[in-house]
Amino acid sequence: MALMRAAIAGDEIAYRQLLESLARSLRVATRRGFAQSGAALNDVEDVVQETLLAIHLKRHTWNSDQPLGPWVRAIARHKLIDALRRRGRRIEVPIDAVLDFLAADEPSDDLDWKDAERLVNDLSGRQQTIVRAISVEGKSIRDVAEELGMNEGAVRVALHRGLKTLAGKYQRGHE
Amino acid sequence: MKTDELIAAMTADAKAVSWPIGRSLWLAAGVGAVMAAIAFMMEIGPRPDLSYVLETPRFLFKYVLTVSLFVTAMGLMIHLARPGGLPRAWLLALAIPPILLIGGVIVEFIVVPPAGWYYRIVGMNSSACLTLIPLLSAAPLVALLFAMRQGATTHPVFAGASAGLVSAGIGATLYATHCSDDSALFIGVWYVIAVAIVTAVGAAIGSWLLRW
Repeated sequence: MALMRAAIAGDEIAYRQLLESLARSLRVATRRGFAQSGAALNDVEDVVQETLLAIHLKRHTWNSDQPLGPWVRAIARHKLIDALRRRGRRIEVPIDAVLDFLAADEPSDDLDWKDAERLVNDLSGRQQTIVRAISVEGKSIRDVAEELGMNEGAVRVALHRGLKTLAGKYQRGHE
Repeated sequence: MKTDELIAAMTADAKAVSWPIGRSLWLAAGVGAVMAAIAFMMEIGPRPDLSYVLETPRFLFKYVLTVSLFVTAMGLMIHLARPGGLPRAWLLALAIPPILLIGGVIVEFIVVPPAGWYYRIVGMNSSACLTLIPLLSAAPLVALLFAMRQGATTHPVFAGASAGLVSAGIGATLYATHCSDDSALFIGVWYVIAVAIVTAVGAAIGSWLLRW
């Protein structure tokens, strides 16, 4: 909760910490949800990414007077049910039990992330360059701005739009 | 893209936070209400005897109903814009305007002799009521549904319906200033139908517009 408050205030280090720990919990929960409803486990990581992206883009709907857990669980539940439905699974899982987050670490490197790869490829030229440079190549906003001869504000806007487009594509890509 | 890489992108985007959703919704309600009020003043206008009826309890009771609808629906809508379960307390609060209305209807049945009931139910303005309330609700509804898209509702139909109720609260408040039918019997039929129309439109649009 403190991390999310700091993150909303613009603290990048706190935000990265929070997202990394959420990713671990979401991975466990999504994997369990998929396993219990008999969905193939190979695209669990896609759902983890889609959920993280939703948490990121909807974080202004968290009421900072309230605990963070129930808000995260509500988003995770929404995205998990959605993902299972798109895969043609009937929802018989006690989703809420699945979402009792465990902090257990699970490796992510052996998992597929083909959706994100494909969706990033669909981004328009400049957005794609910027999203890729910052994510895959791990560059800072300032470096990217310098390389592309843009100002930092414009890079920030393009990055934000790129992430929004990505979230929208997840939604449409499966319909 | 690996999850760690996506996290790097989101971290770099940390400073791009939208307004808190509650503030966006209040702003949308305000903008919608002002637009509807301007349209009302230009095209419809208050009733000529407004200064006189402002002192009559029947006329003022119309505002009690429409404003209580606006306030309770607003509270419900702000909660529905956030992910989570249905907010029970606000759903219950939404019963306040109908309970007040039923109270008003009972009082009318007591104070008005049966011969006057029919005339008061049918009124003079039923078709104006059914068209003007939805028309005046249109601008607030559009503004609220757009703001609602910034939210993260896990109940798109309820969320759309609540935006419809808020808009109808605004539209009905303005229309009440114009309409010369002040009986709770008239409101119990025609205002209720008009509010139901706006709510149904909100629910129908919400069911596809508010998915994410």
